Order: sequence, then C-alpha cells, then structure tokens
Amino acid sequence: MNESEKPAGSQGADKPDPAVPDPAVPDPPGTESSEPPPAKPIQHPDYEKDPMERRKFLGRIGAAAGILGAAGYLALAPKDWPLSLRDTTGLRSKPHFTPVSLNDFRVPKPIQQTADVGIGRGGTPDQMLRKALDAVGGLKHYIQPGDIVVVKPNVAFDRSPALGATSQPALLEALINMLLVDCRAQEVRVCDNPIESPADCFMKTGIRKAAEKAGGRIYLPDSNAFKLLATPGATLIQEWWFFHRPFTNVDKVIGVAPVKDHNLCYASMGIKNWYGLLGGRRSQFHQDIHEIVSDLSIMIRPTLTILDGTKILMENGPTGGDPSNVVDGDVVMASLDPVAQDAWAFEHLLKRDPDQLPEYLHKSEAKGSGKIDYRGRIKEIL
Amino acid sequence: MSLPPVVPDPGSSKPDSPAVKYFPPPVRKKLRLTNVRIASQIFFFSAFFVLCWLTWTSRLEGYPVSRILEMDPLVMISTMLSTGYVYRFLGWGLLVLGLTLLAGRVFCNWICPYGTLHQFIGWLFNVHKTKENFDRNRYRDMYYFKYAVLAVLLIMASMGALQIGLLDPICLMYRTTATVVAPIFDMTIESIPGMDPLWIDNLKFAPGVSSRVFVGSFWIGLFMLVLVGANVFVPRFFCRLICPLGALLGVFSRFSLVRINRDVHKCTDCNMCLTRCEGAADPHAAVRVSECFSCMNCIDDCPEDALSFSMVGLDTKQVKLLPDISTRRMFFAGVVGALGYPFLKIHGTNTDANFSPDLIRPPGSVEESEFLEKCIKCDQCINSCPTNVLQPATWAEGGLEGLWTPVMNFNIAHCQLKCTLCSEVCPTGAIRKITVDEKLGKGEFVEQGPIVLGTAFFDKGRCLPHAMDIPCVVCEEVCPVSPKAIQTHDEEIKTVFDEMVVLNKPFIVPDLCIGCGICQAECPVRDDRAVYVTAVGESRSTERSLLLKNRSGSG
Repeated sequence: MNESEKPAGSQGADKPDPAVPDPAVPDPPGTESSEPPPAKPIQHPDYEKDPMERRKFLGRIGAAAGILGAAGYLALAPKDWPLSLRDTTGLRSKPHFTPVSLNDFRVPKPIQQTADVGIGRGGTPDQMLRKALDAVGGLKHYIQPGDIVVVKPNVAFDRSPALGATSQPALLEALINMLLVDCRAQEVRVCDNPIESPADCFMKTGIRKAAEKAGGRIYLPDSNAFKLLATPGATLIQEWWFFHRPFTNVDKVIGVAPVKDHNLCYASMGIKNWYGLLGGRRSQFHQDIHEIVSDLSIMIRPTLTILDGTKILMENGPTGGDPSNVVDGDVVMASLDPVAQDAWAFEHLLKRDPDQLPEYLHKSEAKGSGKIDYRGRIKEIL
Repeated sequence: MSLPPVVPDPGSSKPDSPAVKYFPPPVRKKLRLTNVRIASQIFFFSAFFVLCWLTWTSRLEGYPVSRILEMDPLVMISTMLSTGYVYRFLGWGLLVLGLTLLAGRVFCNWICPYGTLHQFIGWLFNVHKTKENFDRNRYRDMYYFKYAVLAVLLIMASMGALQIGLLDPICLMYRTTATVVAPIFDMTIESIPGMDPLWIDNLKFAPGVSSRVFVGSFWIGLFMLVLVGANVFVPRFFCRLICPLGALLGVFSRFSLVRINRDVHKCTDCNMCLTRCEGAADPHAAVRVSECFSCMNCIDDCPEDALSFSMVGLDTKQVKLLPDISTRRMFFAGVVGALGYPFLKIHGTNTDANFSPDLIRPPGSVEESEFLEKCIKCDQCINSCPTNVLQPATWAEGGLEGLWTPVMNFNIAHCQLKCTLCSEVCPTGAIRKITVDEKLGKGEFVEQGPIVLGTAFFDKGRCLPHAMDIPCVVCEEVCPVSPKAIQTHDEEIKTVFDEMVVLNKPFIVPDLCIGCGICQAECPVRDDRAVYVTAVGESRSTERSLLLKNRSGSG
C-alpha cells in the first residue's frame, strides 16, 4: 500500500512528534501551552524536509563543475597537453612496448694470448672443461667475484641426456661449481625457453637436478618473463620478444651448447643455441633460418661459448630420439669467437665437409661476430 | 553461536534451599568436537589443494596425488558396476565406506573438501536470525532427490554409461580446480609485479607454462559457482539435495554404530539444535541418520545437554534410520536411469562410424567404449599435463556422453614424447598406467609398437613449401620420432624474384607417425594448420585404425 493512500491521520495523528514543531503553524508569542496543539498536516513521521542551504548548494555546484571540468579536460584536451587522454585516431591506445637492449658481455682476452678457441680433450667432463677454459686463459680471468652469471644450456626437448639432443648435465654441474666456488660468482642463473614443456624438459634432461645440486637457480619462462629486445644491425629481429627475466642485472653470460645435426640449417651448435631465448612466433624464422642464426650471433655477445662434444648428435637432428644417432666424443670447447668455434666443430666433431659450411656462419662473419678461419687461433690441451 | 542459558549465579543462591534448582554453569571447552571437526576439515581441504599443487611434473615424486579421488567409494562402486573390476588403488574407497558403516556420514562434514567449501560459503553468507535458521535447517521433502540422482547414475553405470563424474563432489572439485581455479591462481601470481621468480615457480600450480587455457572451462566454473552460490538460498544445497556420494553414504550409514542421539527426557523442544544443523537431519525430533553429516553442531547448541554422539543407550524409537524415499519415486528414478543409457547412446556423436576427428585421447587410453565406462571426468590428467595439450572435451569432440572427458587439442600444445603423467594419475584406468617404453614401443614392447594417438595430414594448399615456394619445415624439425615421420623431398627452384631457393617439401610417413601433434602445435600457419592430426589411426582401437598392420612394404 502506498503511503499516500493510507487513511488520513492513521499514523501522523496517532504518534505526534513533539520534538518537531510544525513549521506551517508558528507559535504566536505569548500563546499559552494549555491550548490544544494545532492540527498537523498529514505527513509521514519519518519524513523530514531538508532545506537546501546556499552553502550546500554552491558546494554541490562547485563539486559537479570540478568533476566535469577535470573529466572534460582529460577527455577533450589536445593530446600533447599533460595528462590528456584524448585519442582522435584510435592509435594512441595501441599497446606500446619500449624495447630493452642487452649489454655486451664480452671480456677482452688476456694480453699476449693468441688463442680464441680452447679445446680440452680427455678425462671427465670436469677435466675437459678445465682444459678448454685454461686454453683461453682460465675462467677466473672472465668472471669476477660477485658477478651474476647467466648460463644458457640447450634444454629444448624432454630427452634423456644420453640421446644427445640437449646439454650434458655433468658438464653444466662442473661449470656452475667452477663459477660459484672458484670464481666466487654471486649467483648463477640457468635458463632456457624450450620447445616442449619447460618444467618437464628441465627435469627429464637432468639439467634441473645438476643445476640445483651445484647451486644454480633455474629460471622457467612464463608469460611475463619476456621483453622486447632491440638488436641493432639484425635483419629479422631488430625488435623481438626475448626471455629477459634472467638477464635482469646480469654481468656475464655463458652459453653451453651441444653439437647437433640439424635438418634445416645443417648443424646446431654454439650460435644456434641462443635461439632458445627467443619468444613470440619464433617458428616463423624457419623461413629464413640462416639469416636468423646470424642475427642471433649479434643479438647476444656472450662472455664465453662452451661447446659440449661429449655426446654428438650425428643425424636425425635436432631432436634425435635414438641412441644410434649419437656418437661419443671426448672434446669440450670454450671460445671467445663462436663463429670460429662452430666452424671447427662442424669440421672436426660433426665430421662434415668444411667446404659446405652452413651459410649462417658466413653471414655471421659478415655481421662481425667472428671469423670462420680458425687457423692459428686454436689452443688444444690434451 | 548459541548463548549459554541463563543460570542463577551459584554464589548468590543458597545451595541448601530446596526451592532453587541449581544448574551447573555450562562447560565452554576449547576442545569441543566441533573444533576437532574444523581442524579435520581444514586439514583435508588443504590436503586437497596441496595434492593438486603437487600434481606437476617437477614435483611428482611418487606422491599419491589422486588419493582423495581413489578414496571416493562412489568412484569405486560405479566403475565396478560399469566395468566389472576395481582398478589399481580404488580399493581405498573401502576406507570411507568402512568409516560410514561405523560412524555414519562422517565423511561429509569431516573430510569432503567440497562439503567444507559449501559449509564455509553458507556460514559466510548466513545473515539469517536464529529462528529463521530453524526453518532453513529442517528436513524438507525435496531432499529425497539425491537418492534419485544416485539411483539414476548407478543404474546408468551398470549398463555402461558412466556419468557419475558430473555430480560426484570430489570429481567436481578436482575438475574445477584443474581447469578454473589453478589457471586463475597462476595468472594472478604471474602478474604480481616485482615477485621473486623463485616464488613464482614455487607457488604456481603449473610453473614453466605461460597462461594455461582450458577450452570451455567457463561452463565448468559456472557450474561450480551456481552450486556453491545456492548455499545462500538453501544451506548445503548441493550436499542435501544433489550429492550422489552423500546419498550413497546415507544408505550405508543405516548400519553405523555411533550416531547422534536425543535424550527425550532432557529435551525441552527449544529447537536450538536446528540453528546450525548442516544435514537437515532433524535432531529436534526423530533424528534422520541417513541425513546427518555428524557435524556435531547440535551437541554444541543444545542448552540442555540432551544430544550426544554415542553408541550405547540409543533411543530406538525417536530415530529414522532409512532415507525417506517412497517406492514410487525410486521406481521412477529407476525408469529414468534405464532410459538414460539408450538416450545417451542413440545420440550417436561418438560411435566408431561417426566420431569427431578431434577426439584424440591421451596415450594409454583404453578403447573408446571402454573409456567411457571408466572416465569419471575428474580431469586429474588435465591437471597433470605439463604442456596444456589435454583439454576438457566439449560436446563437439566428446559427444553428449564424453562431456569434460580429456581430449588433446594440438592447436594449443602437443603430447610430450617421454611423458606418461596422465596415465599415472588416472584413478580409474580410463588412461591405463603405461611406461615410457610402452608408449614408445621400446624394450619389451617392440613387437607391439608405439602407442599411436592419431595420424598427421598435410593441407598442401596451405603449407608454405608446397603452396607458396617458401622454405619452412618446422614440422620436420620438431618431429620427435627416429627416423622422422615427416620427411622431405628437396628441390631447388627459382622464385619469381629470380632467386634460387631450396625447398624441403614435407610429407608424412604414416607408419612412423605416432600422432603426438607437435607438428600441428608448431606449424606457423596459425589458424587452420597446414599440418594437423586427426584421431584416425589410433592404436587403441581396431575400428578406428588406418593402416593395415604388417602389410608388405611397411618396413
């Protein structure tokens, strides 16, 4: 029932509110209180008339004007005015990413040293690695105490290490131990963006266990771990999504790559390893594989590139999958010049014809990441 | 919370005066049964999520992550009816069944994580006054419905159509956690700025996968929300009205040794016991044992100490042991159940003659008709999948019967070669437990060959080297088998731009293809993939195979 339809005086008359004097009938001065109270107009007892005061009115008007004015400024001011949100073309709202750039992580080699490529032969992976590093001047020359070091193994597939499709955990463990114990690095980060499930690949390849045992930290990719990276001079990846989170505040970068056959670019070695840091629609790069690999050689300038010649995937690469595709080797390489290193490995580890070097090595040389001609720049420690 | 009854102050009253009856002050014990119950609920609720969190490739080290599902006696009984056997760890269901036979539906309010969720939400949004709660917690005639649901589902199961997972609380909760809760949680964790990456990896349900998606998970989430939201209108709506597991336990609780008992001599009919009665078990009158969740709230709330959870000296008159279901209703439920099976089958969207090419089951899955007899749609496999390839099937892939069963969507990801996690966590054997050797046809399984999920095909009109003279062959690179099931015919051609290009034109070797789908997942033609896998050729079924086995010329 509507309030106005209620019988007259049903509530107002029954419960007169003495606290509220009726404004309609003012008490004349001198009226005696014994007189019966004047009849009240029909009104709901909870209803109280609110007089709009001038101050309140002005306040409201002012607030409305302020809000509307501010909103109007934000929405309508020309776009070069401060705080303007105006977007006349619809292009201002397009997401804009500021590309980041990477430092050059290279360290000059010791004075009077000629070798750019060190080769260590024979013994355990630990010994081979030490020999290879000693050949280029020792790891301590390159890593300072307190450095944060990124180690980038190849963890692309969920294969066991014996299948040669990924980096060998023993070598990685030895390297991290050297970094943390011998060189007193502050932190070693191990990262890759595998083709298959990252968590699974890191586990099945044994990389996770090896890294954590030695004290390294695994960085797994997720959707917020990538940043747009600018690579000046690159053809295909002048700006491209890059697995950047592990590279935050990093001092040195070391690649640890296996030596593998590759169906499309003939061989996947030290330079191709950096492919694993790309994000985005990276499978498109197969349309111009040699160009992208040479771009990778200038995208990142690593402190050292280590090639793992202990398990060499000779065929059915880069995935492998069968132990018969793998040949055991006894070589670990460490290099300041990834191009020379890949050229040597192509000839001596994959046992391919040096006249048919992958085109990407020539392109990398042209882009200035190294020299194919390794003669006179190699030091081998047996 | 109930207030203690008004008692005369023992200090001021004279104990020797016969006129004043002395009531001892009520004992407000800290260690009340309800507090123990809450502790148990918190434990099992956390255990549920910890187990879901553990179900990930980097954390699984032999933990029994599916144990809560395996403890569900409804899963045990219904799969036993549909298949005739009890798979692997499903015998654990006897634990809960035994508990029910001894102590009634203790499971519902002490263990069941879904029940805990309902109780919590109901408690949180309960704005009603005590007197209103009396009425909300009285038994209502409609609560018989869950027994009808149980009867329908069990009859269908016994004929071979297992739909128990749609409404079984544990399956429902697992499914929702796997496809809705976990991805939303992960998304939130990822987007917290400045978070230490170590913490991101430790907290996320699925570290290392960016933004898992689950096709159709909106409906799974909505289903859950509606059921949980109904608590606002009817307390424990799902538990009292729908839950088939609760109904099953309700039937078995008839034999329980211990139960809630009302001492009619002490009872003053104040109805306070109804304030928080979870099961609508009528503790104020004849206690309905089949409805009682043993939440112990009524014992707390009784000002007269008339209620007890006991074994001796029970009132045999003021009690209803059996569920309140009429023969007519049960007969009707039986008819519905008996009709349900043919209704599902004649729908005909998942037969050997007419099935979706996208109906690609995870490796180790048993043959489709058997699969449908075993899969409880708990989606624990989907939870464990490290690549996100496993998806809850929609009607398009699974048909009416296979809704929310696992299928592989190779547009999203691929089946990882050396992974058998889904087969390890499956509680019912719809995905049989297999080893990597069995999956790949190695070791003792050489004769049998690898498990084939489907077969890859090329759409040569969309493939870059075939149709457009542009080099690509990502598919060949990623093909994981050795020798590769995608191989190439290489030819050198001159493009319109007068450049010599070597084209590797790929083709499928169907004898080698295992249907893992990585070629489709990585194909750069993103919308309609130029290489795609369909279900035909799957090795689990002879009716859906493609190639003649051991034919001449197959190598």
